[in-house]
Amino acid sequence: MREDENRYETVIGLEVHLQLKANTKAFCGCSTLFGQKPNSQTCPVCLGFPGSLPVLNEEAFYSAVKVALALNCKIQDLIKFDRKNYYYPDLPKNFQISQYDMPLSYDGAIYITSGPEKGRKKIRIKRVHLEEDAGKLLHPEGANYSLVDYNRAGIPLLEIVTEPDINSPQEAYDYLTRLKAILEYLKVSDCDMEKGSLRCDANISIRVAGTDKLGTKVELKNMNTFKGVRLALEYEAKRQIALVEEGEKITQETRLWDAEKSLTTPMRTKEEAMDYRYFPEPDLVPFQVDKAVIEKIRRELPELPEAKAKRFSSEYGLSEYDANVITGQLEMADYFEECAKIYQNRKTIANWLMGDITAYLNAENLTIKQIGLSPSDLVGLFNMIDEGTISGKMAKEVLIEAMKKGIKPAEIVERRGLSQISDTAALERVVDAVLARNEKSVDDYRKGKKNALTYLIGQVMKDTNGTANPALVNVILKRRLGD
Amino acid sequence: MPLIDKRIVKHVALLSRLELNDRELELYSSQLASIIGYISKLNEIDTTNVPPTSHAASNLKNVFRKDVLRQSLDIKDVLSNAPARYDNFFKVPQVIEGK
Amino acid sequence: MAELFSLTGHDLLRRIERGEVASSSILDSVFARIDRVDTKVNAVVKVNRQQSDIAPKTGRLAGIPVLVKDNICVKGEETTCSSRILEGFRPPYDATVVKKLKDEGALLIGKANMDEFAFGSSCETSCYGPTRNPWDLERIPGGSSGGSAAAVAADETIMALGSDTGGSIRQPAALCGVVGLKPTYGRVSRYGLIAFASSLDQIGPITKDVEDAALLLGVIAGYDEMDSTSVDVPVPDYTRSLQKDVKGLRIGVPREYFVKGIDPEVEEAVRRGIEVLKELGAKVSEIHLPHTEYAVSTYYIIGPAEASSNLARFDGVQYGYRDKDADNIIDMYVRTRSKGFGAEAKRRILLGTYCLSSGYYDAYYLKALKVRTKIKEDFDEAFRSCDCIITPTSPTPAFKIGEKTGDPLSMYLSDVYTIPANLAGLPAISVPCGFSSEGLPIGLQIMAKPFDEETIFRVAYTFEQATDWHKRKPML
Repeated sequence: MREDENRYETVIGLEVHLQLKANTKAFCGCSTLFGQKPNSQTCPVCLGFPGSLPVLNEEAFYSAVKVALALNCKIQDLIKFDRKNYYYPDLPKNFQISQYDMPLSYDGAIYITSGPEKGRKKIRIKRVHLEEDAGKLLHPEGANYSLVDYNRAGIPLLEIVTEPDINSPQEAYDYLTRLKAILEYLKVSDCDMEKGSLRCDANISIRVAGTDKLGTKVELKNMNTFKGVRLALEYEAKRQIALVEEGEKITQETRLWDAEKSLTTPMRTKEEAMDYRYFPEPDLVPFQVDKAVIEKIRRELPELPEAKAKRFSSEYGLSEYDANVITGQLEMADYFEECAKIYQNRKTIANWLMGDITAYLNAENLTIKQIGLSPSDLVGLFNMIDEGTISGKMAKEVLIEAMKKGIKPAEIVERRGLSQISDTAALERVVDAVLARNEKSVDDYRKGKKNALTYLIGQVMKDTNGTANPALVNVILKRRLGD
Repeated sequence: MPLIDKRIVKHVALLSRLELNDRELELYSSQLASIIGYISKLNEIDTTNVPPTSHAASNLKNVFRKDVLRQSLDIKDVLSNAPARYDNFFKVPQVIEGK
Repeated sequence: MAELFSLTGHDLLRRIERGEVASSSILDSVFARIDRVDTKVNAVVKVNRQQSDIAPKTGRLAGIPVLVKDNICVKGEETTCSSRILEGFRPPYDATVVKKLKDEGALLIGKANMDEFAFGSSCETSCYGPTRNPWDLERIPGGSSGGSAAAVAADETIMALGSDTGGSIRQPAALCGVVGLKPTYGRVSRYGLIAFASSLDQIGPITKDVEDAALLLGVIAGYDEMDSTSVDVPVPDYTRSLQKDVKGLRIGVPREYFVKGIDPEVEEAVRRGIEVLKELGAKVSEIHLPHTEYAVSTYYIIGPAEASSNLARFDGVQYGYRDKDADNIIDMYVRTRSKGFGAEAKRRILLGTYCLSSGYYDAYYLKALKVRTKIKEDFDEAFRSCDCIITPTSPTPAFKIGEKTGDPLSMYLSDVYTIPANLAGLPAISVPCGFSSEGLPIGLQIMAKPFDEETIFRVAYTFEQATDWHKRKPML
């Protein structure tokens, strides 16, 4: 089976829907707050009440322009909105204000890196356009009715569509991760898949590697995490390969990912062909962004992940891989830089951030900002190691406790009396006591059994509850034993 | 080829979420055929290189609103016209999943 | 003394100001008139007798009754577009024009009958039954603002608001012998007007004379931040344009409007009207609007296409009629819409959906948008050599009820003179200019450049002052 699979290449295009952060909806002044009482954030406009008219949110529009520029897109000379007509109860007007043939922007690209050994790969962005979100439908278990909440209807939504440049589920995952990083840097969205502020659909087909002809495309929906996207694509690629291998045809259809059962199933649809009857939205006027304004927005874009990674390599001497990982999240990158300002060994910072800290954050599903460990706390911990106040091993324990309880590492060390005994006189007293009751070991050592020393060090550590500075113990012991 | 026939009218009715009985289908097919026959007159005009006008106020551009909150409707007003509701939701006959 | 209901708004305002009449007596008079004649005319579909506050108000229309077409939202008042599908719908908000009327002290006395969703030129497609022409109850009042025009003609209100997508204010005004103005597209906010064709619709006044039209437009016009297509152009004091002076004014008369299909009596009345203005010093010349003959086709693609989308929202989910027997959502849509819409609405939805559907879009919709450009260019060219254009409003006087219902195309062709102004977004007025031998009113249309309603008022006022067609009243 593995060999068969390798004969094939997957061709994937992704369609990301992103809720833009704004105080108000795309075409009316209702709040965009998540999780409010059903239908409490609605007005005649977002309910599509007869007679109501849309007026575009300036903030949402320029956020969209910002994203488009960050994704290296061209901005359309004349931007127009269109109506996409279809009937669905989450769509208050039974059409969605979207963009068809003159979208906000087109022809962009971003770059992904899939692992330390792989190079950059360009993923072209076909278009980025602005539209309105739909409401939410609830289907109570066992009921013969459905419920509609229009709070989400009209929230500004960005559609980001790639060209079919993605050739593996892992690349899809990497693309999403990179896209999310860019969006986070721009601070234009929560990018929270669980809350639905970022959603992803995929188109996938397979073909014999090295051939040009695209296979029949299947659309995948209902993935709720980036990992879900990867799993769904993996499943779907296998399913399609198996079909082709058995000489069967792939049906062009939409399939839903079932995360619990880990499989895709065809979506039930009416057999009526979709015909969205796009036409220019007559209730909105066209939009145009001056070249000078575009350039200004471009200049004012924040430093984006790729540029930041490059800078981290050159400025802090991080490896390309480390720099990429650290800059993969804005919070992490900022945290690193805060540490780097007050601590010179940048490799140490990177190792701790990418190692124990990331492991803890992932396990607890937290971000670095959500734990009460400030960059100066972390650097304080590094300093204690450097000064020999605590051992590296102990530092890890302290770090975990600090992250869990939100207590400063220094305080933990202090409270638990963990600082190493580096007071020579005090240690000499302990050493003398240990030597006095371990004459045999002393004899062994003097006879040349060098590992007797390890035993004696262990006894000193035991007597000091592990707080003795091991290096110092070593020196004192050897001196006492007459080396 | 007729510009419009019963098959097309049926399809258009489906897209419009309208149900036509046989009599209506017959009537609308013939009426629409004559209307479409008439409006096809537009083909007499050469419109090569003519830009479309989708707005009467064609020089209007960039009409925005500021991202400032406005009072939403009172939930009671949102639902006061609802043919059916449940709690604060609009209630509709079951939706068979799948757009 | 004349009955209060028969007076104009500006006349009543002066009497109120002088303390001669109270707005409560105007209201009583108008309500009594409605009670007496509306059983015959059927122009008013809802009467709002509960005038919460008829204490003297301030404002440019303080104490003046205004009837509003049933496609304009009035908060808490049933607003149905004369369609079953909107039965019981009480908008939770006021249209911007309604807010402006209330702010200026106008009294909103009720809702006027109309063609269902403004689809029609005869007011016969209403779910409330047809409105009848006050001049001949066997005839149609024109449409779609037939209720507004008939109510003004029958003195059931002092003023009215209509909406005009392809002539729906001007044609019924002409057929009922009153004044009706379609403002420049963007002059009046459409917020709260239940859309027929968004790129063509405008709200405008239907009144007993030109001065009232100027007064009412002055109140409802202006930029509205709730309507992206409303234009931020200052609103002049239109009553200052009411001057008896057309000396040197250049009037264009398009040859293409006086061709086959025009009733000879209409042509004669309009030409006589143009003569009147010429005698008063206007310079009249023949002009060309070569794409006129394509206007109806263009309109009957763009209008229904936009309508098919605008009317998609009527599905029984949030408001209005819902068929209760459906057991799934698609069924509910289909049953609700099939039972809720009347025949003409269905016809236009089908036509519009067809014109937008895949495979036909370029041939119909896109083509129509391009021809629309040509029609607009015709006017741009014409206005280089004239200040206004005068034409008939309607090719014929009012026809008989039922005469054209079986033949929608012939009905559509009765909008031939009014449609071009909508396609080009121009302001246009219809003023009474005579009567047919059967005693039916005839209207004269004056069109001007965008946002030049002032020229229209000046010409219309001069004409009106030189004639007395507007003073005649139907016998009811």
